[in-house]
Amino acid sequence: MPIATRKRKADSTTASADATSEPQRKLTKVSKALQKDSISQEQAALPATPQTLTSDKGMDSDDDFNSVASSMDLGEEMSSSVDFGAGESDVDIDDDYQDDGAFDATAKDLAPKRKHFEVEFKVYSPQDIQSQQDTQIAEVANLLEQPSEATAILLRHTRWNKERLIEQYMDNQEQMLDKAGLGQEINQNPPRVVVKNGFTCDICCEDGPGLETFAMNCNHRFCTDCYRQYLTQKIKDEGEAARIKCPGDGCRKIIDAKSLDLLVPNELTDRYHQLLMRTYVDDKESLKWCPAPNCVYAVECGVKKRDLNKIVPTVHCECKQSFCFGCTLPDHQPCPCVLVKRWIKKCEDDSETANWISANTKECPKCNSTIEKNGGCNHMTCRKCKNEFCWMCMGLWSEHGTSWYNCNRFEERSGTDARDAQAKSRQSLERYLHYYNRYANHEQSARLDKDIFHKTERKMTLLQSTSGMSWIEVQFMEAASQALQQCRQTLKWTYAFAYYLARNNQTEIFEDNQKDLEMAVENLSEMFEKPTDQLAGLKVEMMDKTTYCMRRRVILLDDTAKNLKEETWKFNVELR
Amino acid sequence: MAGMSGKRLQKELAKIQGVLPPGITLVSAPDLQTWHMDLRILDNPLYPPHDHYRLKFSFSKNYPIEAPEVVFLRLTTDPRRDIPIHPHIYSNGIICLDLLDAQGWSPVHNVESICISIQSMLASNTKDERPPGDAEFVRSNRARPRDINFLYHDPSV
Repeated sequence: MPIATRKRKADSTTASADATSEPQRKLTKVSKALQKDSISQEQAALPATPQTLTSDKGMDSDDDFNSVASSMDLGEEMSSSVDFGAGESDVDIDDDYQDDGAFDATAKDLAPKRKHFEVEFKVYSPQDIQSQQDTQIAEVANLLEQPSEATAILLRHTRWNKERLIEQYMDNQEQMLDKAGLGQEINQNPPRVVVKNGFTCDICCEDGPGLETFAMNCNHRFCTDCYRQYLTQKIKDEGEAARIKCPGDGCRKIIDAKSLDLLVPNELTDRYHQLLMRTYVDDKESLKWCPAPNCVYAVECGVKKRDLNKIVPTVHCECKQSFCFGCTLPDHQPCPCVLVKRWIKKCEDDSETANWISANTKECPKCNSTIEKNGGCNHMTCRKCKNEFCWMCMGLWSEHGTSWYNCNRFEERSGTDARDAQAKSRQSLERYLHYYNRYANHEQSARLDKDIFHKTERKMTLLQSTSGMSWIEVQFMEAASQALQQCRQTLKWTYAFAYYLARNNQTEIFEDNQKDLEMAVENLSEMFEKPTDQLAGLKVEMMDKTTYCMRRRVILLDDTAKNLKEETWKFNVELR
Repeated sequence: MAGMSGKRLQKELAKIQGVLPPGITLVSAPDLQTWHMDLRILDNPLYPPHDHYRLKFSFSKNYPIEAPEVVFLRLTTDPRRDIPIHPHIYSNGIICLDLLDAQGWSPVHNVESICISIQSMLASNTKDERPPGDAEFVRSNRARPRDINFLYHDPSV
């Protein structure tokens, strides 16, 4: 694989090197891209499917690139590559084409512009993450002239912030080493097991001759058995790795990988490195584990926390899971994370209760406490604020004069006001329920769609045997089913989004888009109900409808994301 | 691994059956799982010098890699043997001390050093009070002391 795997700027030297070394290959690449483009123009509008660079070579080349561009600021590099605008910079690498390896200016021109709702991201396998760490460690180790084990500890200490580490290290080497839990002369003193006679281990009180002992450079010496047990306990039972301290009382020295390898059995070192990897991803803001159960991949995305009000960074893992990089919840475009959190919370404590409240209660016209009248006369006294009012007209009881227990004061002012206020709160409740019911409906339907998906599979087999179609020819069913699920997921969140949206001209466009998608989805959904023998004849229609659904979805998402980015949406809550 | 605690505890026992610092006495060590120790606080008016406080040590087979469980016991037979009042000691005898937690524990510690730590924690105390939320904690806590996540927010006491 050539070095310029993901070139950001057309570097003339590397580009020409590419051209000369692999002209053939480049040609096929371009034609492949072309083909892809013409076959499925619609598909191109689908969210990009990322391809992992599983080969270490790919990784290396990427890091090479970074190290060429700026010797030691990977963090900087990544943040500068965050790009919300689709086409205005030279960064737009469409993820669709990442698997094509070297693609250059020619291929780039063919690549479609990135949509507003798409973000740039990369999926890494555990091997990728490991080599990423190794490269960074090697790089910094070189610079600091520290062994790689110590460098790893230093880097973990500064949460993989190279610049900060180097700066602090150059500032005050001793202090930095001490803070990170390292000693001075780690260089001269490689870890080794020593047999010491006349030694008593402070842990097991063993003092026999020929006792194997170990100590880090803090000189807290214990027998290797105890050290091993201690480390086993830490790694196995407590799940610690990056910050295991010396067993000595109050000692802050951190055990390094080399010493650990020396002391514990292999299966434990595996676990140790696994845990280290976990802390690496957890430590970096630009990396997140895919939240799908048992998924081993991590995703890198440059979207920062502070930008989450302007973008919904949905990423797609190798394992097919689509999730939001901001909050790791399942894909919730077009609704920004804050609103999602609010909405979920609101639904948790409100929805069903609200239904009942709406049907069975009224509110005190003074303090708005919710009151259920379960018998008795119309003379109400609010338990909370002691306000006396009439249940029928909601007016002040004192204004009822002598016509007690028989409300005929329909025109009283206080009553009208109270009814107005109540109507208002009722209205807001109904507004919420309006959106909630639609949200819940799509959630429910999405669940049913899962069933449809399984039915689809059965239908597909059936279709193959009845119509004589080949497996590849019945794939349209699966495509349709998946489109359906995706669109429902989007629709669901448009309702949560709409709930928080303040009404203006923009919202009308939004609602039109929403309506169009909704109709397209229902139309497609309906087709699944058709008997299997008709399906073969409906293939074209189904494919058309699938395509249309996906197109409507893209239109809706793109428009919403664009306005979100430009901050033209007005919300009826603060985005906090 | 089972033998880990045995040898060490035997050695410790041999040592504390000899000389112990003033105010610390071994009450009983019937086996290598549970020991009882008594503490006296010598120079703090909050704790009369003749009051004894009973500590119960429970050792797992991973001791000393794992910290022992240490709690105060209330002896109903002797009213002077109550659980000492201290802002880090709950009235059910559970002690909030970083030393006894997985993070603060070091296998270098032993029964004697724990006793000394607790003794000095009491000796330096000036507050005649239980931890905040004591009643609620005592009523609701069912977890073993080692599984409780204490917040060591106050290193001064």
